[in-house]
Parts: sequence; C-alpha cells; structure tokens
Amino acid sequence: MSETTETVSRPVQTFLPHRAGLPRLSTYFVTLWRRRHFAIELSRASMRAAHTNTFFGQFWLVISPALNAVVYFLLVNIIRGGNSGPDFFLHLLAGLFAFNFISATMSAGANSVVSGGSLVLNTAFPLLLLPWSALRTAFFRFLPSLIILLAFFSYFAFIGPHPVACDAAGACVELNTVHFSPVQLMAIPAFMLIFVFAAGLAALMATVQVYFRDTTQFLPYATRIWLYLSPVLYYADQLQPWMLKLEYFNPLFPMLGIWTDTLARGIMPPMSWWLGSAAWAFGTLLIGTFYFISREREFAVRI
Amino acid sequence: MEDEMGEPIPQIAHRSVSNEVAITVADLDVTYRTTIEKRPTLKQAIVRLGRGKRSVRTVEALKDVSFQVNRGTVLGIIGHNGAGKSTLMRTVAGIVPPTRGKVEVVGRTSTLLSLGVGFNRQLTGRENVILGGLAAGLTKDELEDRYDRIAEFADIGDFIEMPMRSYSSGMAARLAFSVAVHLDPDILLIDEALSTGDAVFKEKATERMQQLVDNSSTMLLISHALRTIINMSTECIWLDHGKLMMRGNPEEVVDAYTEYMHVKKTSAVLNDM
Ligand SMILES: Nc1ncnc2c1ncn2[C@@H]1O[C@H](COP(=O)(O)OP(=O)(O)O)[C@@H](O)[C@H]1O
Ligand SMILES: [Mg+2]
Repeated sequence: MSETTETVSRPVQTFLPHRAGLPRLSTYFVTLWRRRHFAIELSRASMRAAHTNTFFGQFWLVISPALNAVVYFLLVNIIRGGNSGPDFFLHLLAGLFAFNFISATMSAGANSVVSGGSLVLNTAFPLLLLPWSALRTAFFRFLPSLIILLAFFSYFAFIGPHPVACDAAGACVELNTVHFSPVQLMAIPAFMLIFVFAAGLAALMATVQVYFRDTTQFLPYATRIWLYLSPVLYYADQLQPWMLKLEYFNPLFPMLGIWTDTLARGIMPPMSWWLGSAAWAFGTLLIGTFYFISREREFAVRI
Repeated sequence: MEDEMGEPIPQIAHRSVSNEVAITVADLDVTYRTTIEKRPTLKQAIVRLGRGKRSVRTVEALKDVSFQVNRGTVLGIIGHNGAGKSTLMRTVAGIVPPTRGKVEVVGRTSTLLSLGVGFNRQLTGRENVILGGLAAGLTKDELEDRYDRIAEFADIGDFIEMPMRSYSSGMAARLAFSVAVHLDPDILLIDEALSTGDAVFKEKATERMQQLVDNSSTMLLISHALRTIINMSTECIWLDHGKLMMRGNPEEVVDAYTEYMHVKKTSAVLNDM
C-alpha cells in the first residue's frame, strides 16, 4: 500500500558535525529567509500581548520618552544655568529617542533566546530569528516617537518662541535657528546605520545572556553610563579635546552624531563620522551575527 | 488491552514496513560541554576565576551509535535515566548537532518532546500554534489550512484564545500533541509525552497515531512505560550509557533490558517505570 503513495518527494536532511562551530551558512541563511514570517509574527504577537497596538499603548509609547526628554532638558538647563534653546531641546529629543531604540533592542535581544523556552529546546530553526524579532518590535515602538519629534520641530520652526538679537542701537531681529532643510533627509541613512548596529547588538546580547544570566541585571547601569558618554545631553562639538580622543571607542559618538546633526540641527556632519558609523555598524553586525551563529547549537542544551 | 487500573493501554496495529530508509544514524557521538551551574552568571564566573576552578564539564551522551530505520517503522527507545534517549531524538530532529558521525533524515520531522509545551505563556494558544508551525517551517497558508483541525483536535474550547499561562498542564499537553500530529510529519518524534492527558484524549491520540502509521509515517517513541513500547512499536533499541546495547523485536529487547537491570518483570514495572 505504501509503495503506491511514494510519488511525493521528501527533503533529505543531513546533520553533520559543525565545522569550526559554524553550520553551512548558505543553508542557514536560506532557511532564515524562508522562516522570516516567524520573526514577524512573534513580534506582532508580543506587541499584542503588551497592548502596544491599543490607543493607550501607543499613547504611552509617545508620552513616556517625551517626558523623559523634558526631565533631561530641565536637568541640563539647571546645570548649565538655563541657556539652552529650542535647537538644543530638539537635539536632545532626537538623540534620546535613537538611544532608547538601541537600549530597548539590547535588552529585548538579550531576553530573546532565553525566553524562547520549549521552542528553542524542541524545534530546529535558525535561532537568529529570535533577536531579529526583538529588533522589529523595538523598531515599531520607536516609530511613534518620531511623531513627537515632528510636532516639536514644527512648533519651533513655525510658531514657538524665537530668540531675539539686539544690536547696540537697540534694533532687534528675531533669530530662528530651527527650520526644515533638505539635509534632514540624510537622517534616513543615518538611522539605517543605527538599525544595522542595533541588529548586531541584539544578536550579541542574546548570546551573552545565555552564558551569563545576570547580564540583563547589569545592563541598565551600563546603558545609563553609555548615555552619559554619548553626545545626547550635550553637543559632540562641545567636548574637550582629550575627551574627543576617547570617543573613538564609542560607537554612539559618530552614530548619534550624524543622526542628531542631520535631523535636529539640519547640518551636515563630517565625512569621518559617516565612515566611523558605517564601520562600527557593519562591524558589530558581522561580529554579533557570527558569534551568535557559532554558539547557537549550544543554546538548546544550555537554556 | 487494559491494565489493572482499567485504563486502556494504547496499541497500534502495524502494516508492512516499507523498505525505504527514513533515518540513518552512522557512528554517532554526541558530547555536551556545559557549565556546572544550570543558570551560569557573570558573578559565579568571576568568583570561580578567583579560585582558579574549571567551569566546563563534558558529558558523552552518545557513543558510536549506528542504526537505520525504514519508513513506517515505530521505533521504541528504552534505557535508564541519562542513557541518551532524549539526546538521540534531538539529534534526529536536528536540534543538537553530532559531535562525530552523521545523521540523515528523509522527510519532515515533527517533535513532541518532554521538555515543556507552549513556548510563550504570555501569548495565546492560537499564537503559540501559529508560531510553533512557522518555526517548524510551515507556510502561513498551510497553517491557516490546518488551524481549525488542530484546535478541534486539542478540544480546549475558548481557552485557545487565552494566554497559555491560564492553561492546566493537561490542556497545554493536548495542544502540543495536536500541533505535532497535524504538521503531517514524515517522522514523528515523541519523548515521554504520551502519559499526559486523560483516558479519552489518550484514545484519540492513539487513533491519530494509528492514522499516521497507516500513512507510513515513521515514529520514534520514548516511554518509561515498557508496556507502551511493546504495544506500539515494531522495533526497539536499547541504550545504556550512550551505547547501543541491542536492537530488535520490542518484546525481546524489553526482556533483555529488564533482565539486565535486575528488575523483576512485574506488571507494576511494565506499566510504570
Ligand atoms: N543540556 C545538557 N547539558 C549537559 N548534559 C546533558 C544535557 N542534556 C543531557 N545531558 C546529559 O547527557 C546524558 C544523556 O541525557 P538524556 O539524553 O537526556 O538521557 P535520557 O533521555 O535517556 O534520560 C545524561 O548524562 C545527561 O546528564
Ligand atoms: Mg529523556
């Protein structure tokens, strides 16, 4: 009986020892692409479970980072003696939103594999889909904050209080430093680099978390320090020369630099920042991804 | 057939086994390298570094195992705790790669392993079903097609739309079984997963497994209940400390195994070991 039903072709799977810890990459990435809907659905379902898609969920996503930015703005103004204007507020807002996206990707990425539970234990699939799904979720939670940014930008550009400059004779002109410009379009490639960087970080953190389960406990402190070391609460060009040297080691220095300069200030950052950002972004993606894949086979026996 | 408790013991009638090979395991070694702690932390690692202790331990879970399984076979796998049964199954499923040797599998495998069901308890039963299917390689259309059958078979009513944290373990097990058997696997791997569920569901499950066997699916079955192995499998292998001890007719292998373990072949042992 079974002989007659054998027209169906069945895929033959061969499992061999991994060479240098890596599976066959062509097969790996083909499977990864074929099963991408898993990552998409997982991200959607997680957002549903967190009520991200409800009105108040969205509202909260927009309000909470904005409040955060206001608090920082007040803080910086108090420390500096209240001389920061709207342009600085926009820089702060843009920087903080992008930073939040990166830190959210890191913490969600770190949890992505260890919370994969029985799926990781029982199903053979490219596990890179888990941190990528976390990345997608973080991205969709980041998008609403752009609305806030647009709203404030429009307000300062068209309506808001504009600083006034007066000459010795007492004649005053209104100075508006905030206005829309085509340079802002360069924020798109800038964000792409941030996104690539975040993808690498998500995979990296997911792997580290498997080996050190207390990573997510240290993470908040590390991200906070990282925030203070990055040009968010200040402009990159305000740093002392010796600090600037150190910033060669901070990927967020050029990356947030190109993002806030283009988007919030409408000025074109130096070429070296672009190149630095690209190097950090793709370097991190490459290292994070390969580190993840080379360790991935151990995940099913370690979580 | 019934045991003393009056519960039916699942039994499967077998048609002729095909002469096509479904699974080839050749010279297979699997070695685990793990840390001593179940949840390793950075803190422990630093403390250990200070004391200069080794943190990695290796376990040879399978040693030089070779066998072939033809399509349509129901292969029982028996052995003591830690013999390597689950490891063998996870290697066949492609979850754990071989350390040495080769495993070749013809067709799609579907797993029903003992390590817990429903992977994300915050998500609903439906979402878990869809995600499990997508991860296993089914397309969205294929899942759309099967979803109703899966839900109906699991028979957990409106709970299917609720987060799985509200499920009883029986409900979760039924849903997992339903998913596994409705993925139309060429090879179904079942690790200690038949003991959950009530008598009615067990009967339904057995019926469905019979269908799969009739369609000449191959099955690998791990169970502590040796009676289940005798009743359901066409062949049996016995693992001991990672080595393949014996392969053959289930009754004979079970006999040899129980004798070796110096355990009397009482009914209690047979039904619930
Ligand atoms: N994730 C793991 N990490 C380290 N050792 C493991 C792991 N899983 C199983 N082992 C070891 O491998 C051996 C075989 O385990 P397993 O395949 O689960 O046996 P069985 O299913 O027959 O009880 C045991 O010694 C067990 O301790
Ligand atoms: Mg086991």
